[in-house]
Amino acid sequence: MATAVTERQYQGQVHEHSRRLMSAWMDELGRAEAEGVPTGALMISGNCVELLRACHILPMFPEVTALQAAIRKKSLPLILKAEQAGYSSDNCAYVKADIGLFLDGGMGPGKPIPFPTITVCNYVGCNVYVKWFEHLADLSGSKLFMLDVPFCRTAQPSAADIQYVVAQLKELIALCESVSGKKFDIDELREILAYAARAEEGYARSKELCKRHPAPFDAYFDAINMMGPINVLRGMREGAEFFDAAVAEFESLVAQGHGPLSEERFRTVVEGPPPYPFYRNFRNLFAKWGAVAVQSTYSTVGGIWEWGFRHDPRRPLESIAEQMMTENLTNRSIVARYAQIKRYVEEWEADALIIHSIKSCRLFSAGQGDMRDYFTRELGVPTLMVESDLEDPRYYAEAQIKNRIDAFFESLEHKKVVAGR
Amino acid sequence: MTADQVLAECRELVAQPIGAAAERWKAQHPDGRAVASYPVWAPVEIIHAAGMLPLAFLGGGTSVELTHADARFQSFVCSIAKSSLELGFQGLCKGVDGFVFSNICDVARNLSSIYQRNFGDVLVEYLHLPQNSTSPAVAAYMAAELKRLAARFEDAWGLRVTPTALAKSIETFNTLRTGIRALYALRIAEPQKLSTVELYTALRALTMAPPEDGIAWVNALLEDIPRRSARQRDGLRVVIEGAFCEQPPLGLLEVLEEAGCYVVEDDLMLGWRWFTSDVATDGDPFARLGAAYVDQAVPSSTRHEGREHRSTGLLEKVRRARADAVIFMPAKFCEPALFDYVLMKQGLEKAGVPHLLVEFEEKMWTFERTRNEIETFVESMLFD
Repeated sequence: MATAVTERQYQGQVHEHSRRLMSAWMDELGRAEAEGVPTGALMISGNCVELLRACHILPMFPEVTALQAAIRKKSLPLILKAEQAGYSSDNCAYVKADIGLFLDGGMGPGKPIPFPTITVCNYVGCNVYVKWFEHLADLSGSKLFMLDVPFCRTAQPSAADIQYVVAQLKELIALCESVSGKKFDIDELREILAYAARAEEGYARSKELCKRHPAPFDAYFDAINMMGPINVLRGMREGAEFFDAAVAEFESLVAQGHGPLSEERFRTVVEGPPPYPFYRNFRNLFAKWGAVAVQSTYSTVGGIWEWGFRHDPRRPLESIAEQMMTENLTNRSIVARYAQIKRYVEEWEADALIIHSIKSCRLFSAGQGDMRDYFTRELGVPTLMVESDLEDPRYYAEAQIKNRIDAFFESLEHKKVVAGR
Repeated sequence: MTADQVLAECRELVAQPIGAAAERWKAQHPDGRAVASYPVWAPVEIIHAAGMLPLAFLGGGTSVELTHADARFQSFVCSIAKSSLELGFQGLCKGVDGFVFSNICDVARNLSSIYQRNFGDVLVEYLHLPQNSTSPAVAAYMAAELKRLAARFEDAWGLRVTPTALAKSIETFNTLRTGIRALYALRIAEPQKLSTVELYTALRALTMAPPEDGIAWVNALLEDIPRRSARQRDGLRVVIEGAFCEQPPLGLLEVLEEAGCYVVEDDLMLGWRWFTSDVATDGDPFARLGAAYVDQAVPSSTRHEGREHRSTGLLEKVRRARADAVIFMPAKFCEPALFDYVLMKQGLEKAGVPHLLVEFEEKMWTFERTRNEIETFVESMLFD
C-alpha cells in the first residue's frame, strides 16, 4: 500500500491575495449606488471588461454572484425560488440562482450589491447568456445592450466579423458615455489594455509552470483563485501585480520541487466547470489519489492566454474584438476544444482526461460523450466522465462519483504497475 | 388536385427519411445537390439559387431507435439532437450532401461540429444568426454571412449563387410563404375545415420538396379547403408556442384537438415561415435577405429581439388569431423555450390570457396524462 497523499497548504498567498482583491471589488460594488458610480453587468466568457473600465463603469458579473452563492452552499433556496416563479428544472441553475436573488430585489450572495445600471450581454458562445441578460434587464429595468459576437466558425475571423464587432463596440462606448456622463478616452483604454496584457502574460506563465513535474499548483482547483483576477480585475494595475506575485511564488515552488500534494502520482487535464456546492469534497476525491490537474479548459472561459494572444494597446478595439471572437473557450466549437485538450495532454504530459459533465451548461456538456469517444478510442487517452452540476446540489451524488473516480484511478495505477514491471 | 389528394401525397412524403427525398430529387437532377437545414431558420433561398434542393433537417421523430447517439449526448440533452445524429449513424441521411446549422441554442452549436467530425464526407456549415436586433451594422453583417454561405457552396461543388438566380429564388419563396400565410389565415377563419395535423403535414412535406411543387400543393389546398363542409363545435381557440425546433409527435397534436382545442396559430415549422411579409424584390438580393432577417422575422425564442418585450409577439399572435388561450409546448430540455416561457407567461398573465404548459418529446407515445390536463383546461375555460 502506497503512503497516503496529503495536501500541502501551499496556496495560502495566492489564495489570500485573490480573496483580498475580489473582496475589495465586491465592496466597491456595494458602495456604487450610494457613490453614484454606474455599474455594468457582463458575462465572464470572452468579456470586454477593459472597455467598461475605460468608460468608468464598474463591472459586475452575475456568474460570479451565482458561483459564490453555490460555494457558500446557499444556492438551493435561490434555485427553488426561481423554479416557483416558472423556471424549469432543466434550465441553467446558474441563472436560476441569480434569478432567485433578483426576485428578492438584489444581487450579491454575501453582501448586497445594486442592480446594474446597464446590462451588457457579451454574447460569446453561450446562448443562455442571451436569456439570462434579457431576464436580468427585465427584472432590474436596466438598459440592455446585446453585443453580438459571431461564433468562431472559420479558422480566422473574417474582415466582416471584425468590422461587425468593432462597430458594436463603438455603439457600446456611446451608450456608456451617456450612462457615465464621461467622455471616452482611447488613450485610457490603451493603458488599461497594457495592464490586461501584463496579467495575461502572468496567467499564461503560471500555466506554463504546470508543465514541470510536479506542477506547482492545481490548474483546475487552484486556477479558480486566479480566474477572479484574470476575468474581473483584468485591466487594473492590481490585477497585473497579482499575477507578477503569483508567478514569483510558483517559480519558487518549482525551484523547491513542491506541488500542491505531498506526491504527484497522476497528472490530469480536466474538462468542464467544477461542482461549486461541493468544491472541497470533489477536490478531495482526486487529491487522495495524488491526482493533480496540470491543465483545465474551464480556466480558459474568459480567455485562452497560453497560446500567446495578448490584448494590443496599439489596436485597442480590434484586439478586444479578436479576443471575444477567437481567444476564449466558449466561442469556439466543441471540436476545437478537442484540439485544445489534446495539446494540453501532450504538452503538459498528462496521464488522463477527466470530464466533469454538468447539467446546467449545455455549451460545455452537450456532446461530451463524443469527446470521450475521440480521446479514448482515437487517441488512447484514459478518460473518465462524471456527471453533476456546477450550481444545483441536487445533481451531485458523491458516493456514485467517488466510486467512478476510485475505479478509474485504481485502473490507472494498475496500468502503471504493469508498465513498470 | 383535391385537398385530400394533396394531403395524401404529403403524408406519404413525410413518412420517408430525409435521405430518400434527397435521392429521389437527385435521380431527376443528376448534377444537383441536396442541402438540409437544422431548425429553425436557414436561408433556403441561397440553397435554391445554387440549383440545389433545400430540405429541413428535423430529427428522427418516432422513426429511429437510438443506438449510437445516446452515447454521444447525455440524458439531459433534447431528443432532436440525438435523433438527428442517429439518422447520420444509421445512414438515413444518405443522399443529403450538406447540412446547415446555426446558433439557435448551445446544443445545436455543438451538434454542428460533432456532425462534421463523425460524418466527414458531408459538408457542414455553421451560420451565425445575429442576436443584436438594433445595431445599424446587423443587416450588412447578415448579408455578408449569407455571401459566405454561398461562397462555401461554390467552393465545395462549384455551384454559384448569382444575384439574378437569388432574386428569382426570393420571389419563388415569397410566393410559397404568401400561400402558407393564406393557409394559416384560412385556419384562423374556419379552423374546423383544416386540422392542425393536416396543416402540419402539408407544411412538413413542403420542406422535403422543391418550392415549385410546394406552391402547387398550397394553391390546391387553398382552392379546395374552403369548399369542405365541417360543422364548428364548441372548442377553445388556442395558440401553440414553443414547438419551434423539435417537432411534437402527431399523436400529441391529435390529442390537443380531440381534447377540445382549435389550434389557430402555432410556431411549428417556423423556418419555412420566417418572414412575416414579402422580402423586398429590388436591390441587392443578399442585402434584401439580410435586411429582412432584421426587420421581418417572426418573433422566436431563438432570436433576441431588443425592440420589444418577449411576450409582445405572442400577444400579437393571440390577438390576430382571436385566440382564447395559449398552450406552451416546449420540447423537453429545450432551454430557449423554457426560459422564454417565464417572460411570456408573465406577459400573458398581465394581459389576462389563460395558458397551459405541456412539455413533449419527439418519441413520446402515450398521451393520456396530457389529454387529461388539456381536457381539464378546456373545460375550465368553456364552462367557466
